Amino acid sequence: MSGAAFSPGRSNLQRFLSGYGQEIVVLLSIAALFAVVGAVNPRFLSDTNINSIFAGNAYIAIAAIGMSMIIMAGHIDVSVGALIGVIATIAGTLAVKGYPIWMAWSVPIIFAIAVNAAVGTLVAYTRIPSIVVTLGMLSILKGGLISATQGEWITNMPAEFMIAQMRPFGIPSAVWFMVALTIIAALFLRYTDFGRSIYAVGGNMEAARAAGINPERTVIGVFALHGLFAGIAGILFATQLQVIQSTVPPNLELTIITASVIGGVSILGGTGTVIGSTLAAILFACIGSALIFLNVSAYWLRAVLGLMILATVLADMVRRRRDK
Amino acid sequence: MTAAKLFRHETILAALTVIAMIVLASLSDKFFTAENLLNQGRLMAEVGLISLAMTFVIVTGGIDLSVGSILGLTAILLGVFWKNLGLPLPAAILLAMVCGTFAGFVNGLIITRFSVPPLIATLATLALYRGLAEGISEARSVRGYPEWFFFFGQGEVLGVPFQLWVLGIATAIAAVILGLTPFGRATYATGANEVAARFSGIRVNAAKLWIYTASGFCAALAAVIFVSRVTTTRSDMGTGLELDAITAVVLGGTSIFGGRGTIIGTALGLILIQALKNGLALSGVKGDGTIVVIGLVLIGAILVGALFDRNRGG
Repeated sequence: MSGAAFSPGRSNLQRFLSGYGQEIVVLLSIAALFAVVGAVNPRFLSDTNINSIFAGNAYIAIAAIGMSMIIMAGHIDVSVGALIGVIATIAGTLAVKGYPIWMAWSVPIIFAIAVNAAVGTLVAYTRIPSIVVTLGMLSILKGGLISATQGEWITNMPAEFMIAQMRPFGIPSAVWFMVALTIIAALFLRYTDFGRSIYAVGGNMEAARAAGINPERTVIGVFALHGLFAGIAGILFATQLQVIQSTVPPNLELTIITASVIGGVSILGGTGTVIGSTLAAILFACIGSALIFLNVSAYWLRAVLGLMILATVLADMVRRRRDK
Repeated sequence: MTAAKLFRHETILAALTVIAMIVLASLSDKFFTAENLLNQGRLMAEVGLISLAMTFVIVTGGIDLSVGSILGLTAILLGVFWKNLGLPLPAAILLAMVCGTFAGFVNGLIITRFSVPPLIATLATLALYRGLAEGISEARSVRGYPEWFFFFGQGEVLGVPFQLWVLGIATAIAAVILGLTPFGRATYATGANEVAARFSGIRVNAAKLWIYTASGFCAALAAVIFVSRVTTTRSDMGTGLELDAITAVVLGGTSIFGGRGTIIGTALGLILIQALKNGLALSGVKGDGTIVVIGLVLIGAILVGALFDRNRGG
C-alpha cells in the first residue's frame, strides 16, 4: 500500500519491488542463511532441523499475523505473550480434566477473543494508548496465571488433543495452519472492506472517519481478530510439546512484534503485509537455529533480534524521509 | 476554583495513599512499624530513581521501555569490569554507570536524530541491551564483592537506609528541575505541543536528548544499588521494571500524552504501589497476586483520569 507503488512512469518490476521490497529482502535473507549455514554445517539442512524450524515456530508466525494487523491499525499489544501462556494453560487444563477435545480447543480461543475485544474497546473509546492498556493487561494475565497455577506443569494430555503434532499429508499441522492463515489473512486485508479499513484507520484516523469508516468499531474488530490469531497460536503452542510449563514464555511478545516490524509493517501504521511478517518469523527461527549450528552462543540471540529491529526501523524512517 | 484545586490529582492520590495505609495497618500489625516502613523504602529506591526520570520522559510525550534492560546491562558490566577485566571496583562502578548513561544517550539519539517513535525505539533497545547483557554474561553470575560495596544497598545513614537518602535527594532535585527551571518548562512545552515549542525557540531535541540520557543514568544508578542490595549480578536483573516505573508515573497523574505531570505525583504513586505490594503480601496475598492488583490499578487510574479529562474539556 505504499504510495510509491502507484506512481506512474515506472516499469512493472520497479512497482513490484517497491511494493514488496521488504518481503523480498526477508526471503533472500532466509535463502542466503540456508545456503551459508548449510555449507558450513550440512546438518542444518537435515529434515529434523528444518522440521523443527518451521513447525516449532509456526505459532509465532500466526501470532505475528494478528500483531501485524494491530500495528497496521496504529496500535500495539505487549500482552500477547502472556495471553498465549494463559491460553495454553487453560487448554491444557481442560484437556487433562477430561472435557471434550473440541472444548479444550475452542474455549481458550473464545477467551482470547473476549480479552482482546475488551482491550480494543478500552483503547477505542477511552483513547487510552494501547501500550498502557496492554501493559496493564500483561501484568494482570501474568500475575493471574502464576497465582492460579503456582508454576505447576501440565502433563499427560490426551493424544487426540495434541493438534500441533498431527501430520496431515506428512506435513506438521502447525505448518498447514501457518500457511493457510497467512494466505487467508493476506486476501482478507486486500479484498474485504474491513481489511482495507484497517489500513485506512492506521494511515489517518480522521481521514478514515471522513471516508465513512467507523474507526472505533474497526479498532475493536482488529483487536478481536488479533485475539483469534493469538488463540490459535496459543493452542499450537500448548500442543507442540508433551508438557505445558504454565508460565509466560519469556519475551514472546517481543519476538512477535519484531516479526511484524521486520516483515515490513510500518511502525507508524498504515502499511505492511502479513506475508512479510510470516517470512520474518521464519527468518528468526532460522537465525536462532543457525546460531546453534555455527557454534555461536545462543545467549546472543536477543541482541541480534534487537539490532535487527533497530536496523529495520531506522531504514524505515530514512526511507520515509527520502520519500517526502 | 478552590474546589478544582482541592480535587487535583495529587490531593486525591494523597488521600488515597493515607486511606490505603490505614486499611493495610489495620489488616496487619506488622505493616505500620518503623522497621517495615524503612525496609519498604529500601525496596522502593531502585524503581523510584527510574520513575523520576520516567516522569520527565512521559511529560515530553515519550516513553522509555528500555530502563529495565539498561539496569541489567549496567549490572552485568559492573561485574565483568571488576571480575573479568580486573579493574578496581570503584573504577568498574564508574565505568559501568558511564555505559548505562551512554545507553540512554543512544536512545535519545535514535529518537531525536531519526525521529523514531520513542515506544518503538526503546522497545528495540529493550531487546538489544538485555541481549547484550545476556551475551556478555552467558548466564554466569558474579558474586564475592568486597564488604564495603554492600553499603550502597544495605547500609544506613542516621538510621535510614542509604538508598532512601539517594532517592529523597534525587526526588528533590527532580522536583526543582521540573517545577521551577526553564528546562522544566521546556519539558512541559515539548509534551504539550512539540511544534509550537519548536517555533517558540525551545530546543526540543536537545531537551529530549538530555532527558533520555538522564533516564539511562538513573537506571545505571539503580543498577549499582540493586547489585549492592542483592550482592550478586545476573543478566535478568530489572526485567519488567519499566512496567513498575510507568505505573508509578501514570498513577501519579502524569498524562501519558505528555504536557502534564509532577514529581510529587510520581512520589505519591510510588508510595501507594509499594504500600499496596507490601500490605497485600503481609495480609497473605501471594507475590503474583499483587502484580494483578498493580495492573488493575494502572488501568483504573488512567481510566478515571481519562473520564475526568473529558468532563474538564467539555
